[in-house]
Amino acid sequence: MVFALSLLLASAVVFAFMAVLPGDPARVALGVQATPEALEATRAEFGLDRSLPAQYLDWVGGLLQGDLGRSYVTRADIGPQVFDRLQVTAWLVMAGMLVALVIALPLGVLAAVRHRRLSGMMLSGASQVGMAVPSFLAGILLVSVVAVQLGWLPPGGWVVPADDPVQFLRRLILPALALGLVQGAVVTRYVRSAVLDVMREDYLRTARAKGLGPYRALVKHGLRNAAIPVVTVLALQLATLLIGAVVVERVFVIPGLGSLLLDGVANRDLLLVQSVVMVLVLAVLLVNYVVDVLYTVLDPRLRRAG
Amino acid sequence: MNNQIAGPSTPPGAGIPDAAEPALRVRDLRVGTDNLDLITDVSFTLAPGERVGLIGESGSGKSLTALALLGLLPEEVKASGSIRLSEVGFDVVGASERQMSKVRGDRMAMVFQEPMTALNPVMQVGDQVAEIMLLHRRQPDRRAARRAAVEMLAKVRLPDPEGAARAYPHQLSGGQRQRVVLAIALANDPAVLLCDEPTTALDVTVQAHMLDLILTGVAERDSALLFITHDLAVVATVCERVLVMYGGRIVESGPIDEVFTRPRHPYTRGLLDASDMDAVDGRGRLHTIPGTVPAAGRFPDGCVFRNRCAHATQQCVQVPPLEHKGARAHACWHPVEEPT
Repeated sequence: MVFALSLLLASAVVFAFMAVLPGDPARVALGVQATPEALEATRAEFGLDRSLPAQYLDWVGGLLQGDLGRSYVTRADIGPQVFDRLQVTAWLVMAGMLVALVIALPLGVLAAVRHRRLSGMMLSGASQVGMAVPSFLAGILLVSVVAVQLGWLPPGGWVVPADDPVQFLRRLILPALALGLVQGAVVTRYVRSAVLDVMREDYLRTARAKGLGPYRALVKHGLRNAAIPVVTVLALQLATLLIGAVVVERVFVIPGLGSLLLDGVANRDLLLVQSVVMVLVLAVLLVNYVVDVLYTVLDPRLRRAG
Repeated sequence: MNNQIAGPSTPPGAGIPDAAEPALRVRDLRVGTDNLDLITDVSFTLAPGERVGLIGESGSGKSLTALALLGLLPEEVKASGSIRLSEVGFDVVGASERQMSKVRGDRMAMVFQEPMTALNPVMQVGDQVAEIMLLHRRQPDRRAARRAAVEMLAKVRLPDPEGAARAYPHQLSGGQRQRVVLAIALANDPAVLLCDEPTTALDVTVQAHMLDLILTGVAERDSALLFITHDLAVVATVCERVLVMYGGRIVESGPIDEVFTRPRHPYTRGLLDASDMDAVDGRGRLHTIPGTVPAAGRFPDGCVFRNRCAHATQQCVQVPPLEHKGARAHACWHPVEEPT
């Protein structure tokens, strides 16, 4: 229910933003030389001559049936394009998240366990630095060092995994690192503070009084409790990761949703932009929904009685 | 050295089973940071099955003593002296983490003050009880341990122990959770049970049940009990002997009925007066001990109580030794007169 309402609200906001943008989509599509008759015909073809509420209802009605409409510029169906690009971006975001988790979970726990010692302080210092590096900068650095100077991996491009898994992976590594390193630094800090909080809990002392060693007590009784706040942060970070992907796709010349979005903006292809943004909104809402479910798995206190 | 348990002329090896080896022997325990003493010169013994109360105001070092016994002091706090448990071949002070892991929860167990937070919120209660038995190999496998856990929950008289074993802590009341904590502590029949204010957080109506369970539990196992509280009425019902602690030192000790009827240390006197809800002073107010417990490390030199004591003199600048007289002891230059 909340899910549907948020989606409806988001669609209205996105549509309103696009509607107030200056510029006539028909003129953009046909160029400045177009005759008034041709413009009129194009407007009629895309329904642009109708009232805004009618256009909105049209659009939302189409979305509900899985029809994202046709591009004003290329006249191609938007749906299949978005679907193709979404797969690319999904790989990128998932790989980025994987990199972030592989970095953040062990380092965050280690930084918490050793927070009084030099190694722990250095870890949290390093994550502080990592947070300050934007992912496009990390991407450019990775390209110039690993791809251009060392020549170990291709600097960009994309291969569909089914076509050539090896080349796919080789092209996935650098953008995933660019996305994941920065996220990893951010998440490390959250993991560290969540574990530190848990280490101060009474039940961890109970676990030690039972005869569990400090590490086993933390692993058996602490980590699942610490996971609850971390999952919240991961959901929020996934949205950041999607935005990061838009930029990183540019750096690595990857035909993902982000590139499609930026192309749409550059070509003033309003309906395309509108649809891509809606897909991104849907993705974020879906993630939040999954997180809500995950909470109840992790924390029995959130399960409904009965 | 003080020792009230072992007889003076017991020949070595002569088996007087109860009196010969105390369940717990603490000698000259000192706990503190590099430049701050928190507990000083604490010595006492617990015989098997003996129930001893450790009383004093908050901040006098009771809980820290318990943590020192378990070897669970905060990182920056160190202990010295000696803590020996029966049938344990090493000293708890200075023992390695590996050695202590075998002792904790097995030879020595603890019930903490806060039942609301002492249990892991994301683990079924039955698993939390079963864990301690599996950990010390008291049960061969998970299923057996789980069955034994249900039995333990039944022994602490939780209604519907099967259902309780499947419950998560938030589904139980505070009193029920404390029973679970007790079930965990008693699961491996410890030689020494430490209870740190186990009933303070509970409703008065549940307190009596909880005390009863603790008493039954230690009696069945012949476990020695160290019962920490600031509630004198509770000590009087539960314990046979009492240690009065103030400023990280034991200032008086002895059998409950003697200490509570004829206290020798002015601090004990003050505690007793303050807990007497019938007696009032000249202005019709309840008795209190003047002043407050100083912060850790801010206790005066010499007698720790002298800045709050009405009888303090120049002599109290010297630390009064713990003077033993029969089963009793007190550390005071100007003890309260024994009524004739």
